[in-house]
Amino acid sequence: MSDIKKIKEEYLKKLDNNLEVESVNQIKTELFGKNGQISNSFKTLGSLPNDERKKFASDLNSIKDELQEKINSKLQEIEIKEINSKLENEKLDVTLPEREINQGKIHPVSQVIDEISSIFSEIGFSVEEGPDVENEHYNFTALNTPDNHPARDMHDTFYLDNNKEILLRTHTSPVQVRTMLNGKPPFKIIAPGRTYRSDSDQTHSPMFHQVEGLHIDKNINMGHLKGCLNYFIKSFFEVDKIKMRFRPSHFPFTEPSAEVDIGYELKDGKIVIGEGDKWLEILGCGMVHPNVLKNVNVNPDKYQGYAFGIGIDRLGMLKYGINDLRAFFETDYRWLNHFGFDPLDVPSNYRGLSR
Amino acid sequence: MKFTMSWLKEHLETKHKDTQIIDKLTDVGLEVESFENISSDLDNFKIAKIINAEQHPNADRLRICDVDIGQQNIVKVVCGAPNAKKGLLTVYAGPGSVIPKNNMKLTVSKIRGITSYGMLCSESELKLSDESEGITELKPSKYSDKIGKNFFNNNNEKVVDLSITPNRPDCLGVRGIARDLAAAGTGKLKNISHKNIKKDGSQNIKVSITKDKKQGCTIFGSCLIKGVTNKESPKWLKEKITSLGQKPISAIVDITNYVMLDLNRPLHAYDADKIDREIIVRDSKKGETFEALDNKEYKLDDGMCVISDKSGVLGLGGVIGGTRSGTELKTKNILLESAYFIPRSIRKTSKLLNIDTDAKFRFERGIDPQSIETGLLKASQLISEICGGKISKFDIQKIKQYKNSEIKFNTSLFEKITGFKIKDNEIIKILNDLGFKVSRKKSELKLKVPSWRPDISQPIDIVEEVVRIKGYENIETIEPEKKRFKDTLNKQQKLFHFLQRSVASKGYLETVTWSFTDSRINNFFKENLKEIKIVNPISLDLDVLRNSIFSNLAFYLKKNLDRGFKDISLFEIGPIFKNNQPGEQLTVIGAIKSGKISRLNWNEKERLVDIFDVKKDLIQTLMEAGYDKQSFFIRDKSPTYYHPGKSGSVYLDKDDIDPVAYFGELHPNIVKKLDIKTEGVVGFEIYLDYLKDNKIKLKDQKSNFEYSDYQKSERDFAFVVDKNYKAQDLIEIISSIDKSLIRSIKIFDIYEGEKIPDGKKSIALNVTIQSSEKTLEENDLEKINKLIISTVESKSGAKIRS
Repeated sequence: MSDIKKIKEEYLKKLDNNLEVESVNQIKTELFGKNGQISNSFKTLGSLPNDERKKFASDLNSIKDELQEKINSKLQEIEIKEINSKLENEKLDVTLPEREINQGKIHPVSQVIDEISSIFSEIGFSVEEGPDVENEHYNFTALNTPDNHPARDMHDTFYLDNNKEILLRTHTSPVQVRTMLNGKPPFKIIAPGRTYRSDSDQTHSPMFHQVEGLHIDKNINMGHLKGCLNYFIKSFFEVDKIKMRFRPSHFPFTEPSAEVDIGYELKDGKIVIGEGDKWLEILGCGMVHPNVLKNVNVNPDKYQGYAFGIGIDRLGMLKYGINDLRAFFETDYRWLNHFGFDPLDVPSNYRGLSR
Repeated sequence: MKFTMSWLKEHLETKHKDTQIIDKLTDVGLEVESFENISSDLDNFKIAKIINAEQHPNADRLRICDVDIGQQNIVKVVCGAPNAKKGLLTVYAGPGSVIPKNNMKLTVSKIRGITSYGMLCSESELKLSDESEGITELKPSKYSDKIGKNFFNNNNEKVVDLSITPNRPDCLGVRGIARDLAAAGTGKLKNISHKNIKKDGSQNIKVSITKDKKQGCTIFGSCLIKGVTNKESPKWLKEKITSLGQKPISAIVDITNYVMLDLNRPLHAYDADKIDREIIVRDSKKGETFEALDNKEYKLDDGMCVISDKSGVLGLGGVIGGTRSGTELKTKNILLESAYFIPRSIRKTSKLLNIDTDAKFRFERGIDPQSIETGLLKASQLISEICGGKISKFDIQKIKQYKNSEIKFNTSLFEKITGFKIKDNEIIKILNDLGFKVSRKKSELKLKVPSWRPDISQPIDIVEEVVRIKGYENIETIEPEKKRFKDTLNKQQKLFHFLQRSVASKGYLETVTWSFTDSRINNFFKENLKEIKIVNPISLDLDVLRNSIFSNLAFYLKKNLDRGFKDISLFEIGPIFKNNQPGEQLTVIGAIKSGKISRLNWNEKERLVDIFDVKKDLIQTLMEAGYDKQSFFIRDKSPTYYHPGKSGSVYLDKDDIDPVAYFGELHPNIVKKLDIKTEGVVGFEIYLDYLKDNKIKLKDQKSNFEYSDYQKSERDFAFVVDKNYKAQDLIEIISSIDKSLIRSIKIFDIYEGEKIPDGKKSIALNVTIQSSEKTLEENDLEKINKLIISTVESKSGAKIRS
């Protein structure tokens, strides 16, 4: 008994020394190898008398466990030491740049269209579209703007044929006509899209974007129009209060017609919407003219409602402080990067329009 | 439409302030473009104070004065006046001013080496007196608090400029504006008082309106005024004309213009002695010519309304007069015309000849047909007052009678449209004030529309009249209701939205370019589509609708390269046009990429962009949009604007007829012709209209989750195939051998060269084999191995590389 105790003491002591893996393995062999001291002690078990054998076996086992554990922890200790010393030589300059990042961007016009769609979606509007190439009938005549009407001069039209029958739509209003012809009331739609006028300077571009709105039902009146636009403008500019002014105006396809101004002030050269005593015209609207309803086979004695048209680019300019309309369409890489939006910034009802 | 406040007040009796009037104009729908003082040369003369005066170093008699000209501006002025002393209040004229005495225009100039900004003026220079000894001395008691203000303030008339919508011709005259204001409660419309004029003798130039088919004139009223002395207009008239930015010409012309601006009643004065016998109002004949008052010779088409005499055309009725019969200062006898021309005829003629005049602008919108005599009366009276002369009786020729139109109006329509109520009496008052004649039968009103309102023809127009005069601010704001009838976006729109953001998320900047493009660039990309010319393009290099999304992208790629950018990824989603009819357009995504990947990156080797970069972006985008990559099929056919050997098309399914997308390198010849200087240009297109809407909703998209935990095995193969043999075919052969065992196939090497025969290549692939039923034994694997090799060899003619 005292022999094995001695062995234990001796080896535990040895294992406390600073050892290499090889020495630990050597010790392992000395103890548990074929002729190892512990192995040999087990061999003596059989020759012991019964009453001693049990005790001896129990002691021997516990000594064996103790030594094995010690050896294992010693080996682990050495391993960790080795890793640690290796790590000291593995220091990277983490301030070096990462691999190339290519961040894509969404054009402000697209972002604004998505914002508008999201806002109108909240109050039950759906999105309709129409062709960029239109015929004279859908663009003008059906909208109560007959040929030889001076109102046609308000639109500098691009024509695709010499008879002036095929043209690039000058507004999104023909989508009203198409939508109503293809369906039955009620209608509650917006129609964003490209529009074209042969006009080009700082504030006009031969192509621009509009969103049309149309709500036709049995009792839709000018109060609903005001409410709808008030809600839209507040939501779009993300302000709680808005100053809005309806001014009588004239569009052949609405009667009564109005232009809508919103209040703003200049702060540090930037336009701030909602406050101040200056007015900014942002859209045209009105009650859909009975002649238009007749033209699309909707009974004006039964159904009525409003329509509006808003310049999308201009809304974007106001909201995001963009000065030059022409820059929208010039594909300057710097501009796209600066004014573009991250593709994950999807305007939505539940996330809100922006972060 | 411009007018001065004082002119307005000739028609409107009002105690309202100018600013209130301006606000009211806006409220009733007459949009105020501007409201300004008449700018005048005399505005340049300011009250100023000399705050310091020093001797000029190079001239004994000159002084250098620091002059306070207000608003904290101090300028240096060199002055020779002996009385130019510190503290003196005087009159300063800035650079650009014109000195009244000698009409000299001041500039910034050096006087003996010292720069002088403007000058200090003597009374004689200002034409105030003959005093020229020194500069003007102003009394401190009166002027010390007015530094910087205009010295001449006699001209403080304010001009209003309105933008009149095309439906309101009546407001192209000051009186119409006054009427609207009066109806809206901003004063009272004054009555026009006509002095009785003495009419002497008959109008003895015969006037006839022919019964031509397209006759554009229905009423021609005229009178003769004999023995006039035409001259410069009197001051009041000149001022009226100039205040509106027009040029005074002679009394007679100015008077006709004045009446037009005042009453919206265009008139024309002929030199009666130049008229050959009689006036015939008729259709023009093709080829007729005449010289108009704009000194241009016009060649007429047939069917234009002309005023003619026995010798030919005198003028285009309601559009422009001619030089042959124009009045001059020496004109003695005049024929004054007051007529009605049909708007459509006016518009057609002026459009064809491209003439725009004040008269045309008004007739085109509709002149009051009942104002013929009022116009003659007012103008002839003024002419005889200013130029003398005897006025003949009026001659009115008519081929059509104009009666006021009538409308039945149920007052309940007002509330139905506007959402708010006003009393019937108020409606009636407003309409009366606007000139309607109203008779009432319970809630139905019978209305006679005033003859100057051609825009009013049905009940809804009456609603507009009443609500705009009552004020739009009375309309309530009703909270929007959320009821919906349809989903916000349909499937195609959702796809558009999704793909747009999906492409952007792969590092492309979205751009929006014109739907039109340069035909020379378009030609490279239009394939067999028809060129769609714009008849009136904004510029010659934007002359066609784009047949391809690439023409503008390539153009702007070049522009950005020229700006110094090298690695560019751009995309656009938008329409391309197949033909010039509505609906013949497709929605396309075009993406273009140039330059290098990992340029100048410390830990990645840089390389040129290649078609497998864009192929990855394309395929991944389609996958993200929910299309199954397993069924995609790639062909090496593509449009000719791609590199013939480095491009392909993507089909959602092998059996599809139309590809949904193309990808590849841009054709080197096009890159060269467009002078695009970059190392490589690759791109892709996705045709949204060809993307099948076969997607089931997300909730139905997920099948049962099945997986295998049995051991996977991987085996590598290398097959030697013909050089043109397609990897896709090899993969298809292998994957169709046993879909339940072959889980994935990866191509890890393509090799040509040593040990491979000419015209051949080696494709090395790694196949993952796994059963969902058991762990495969070695002999199972061996079986499938052999099957792969034998199938590939028999179906493709490939040889396994040993």
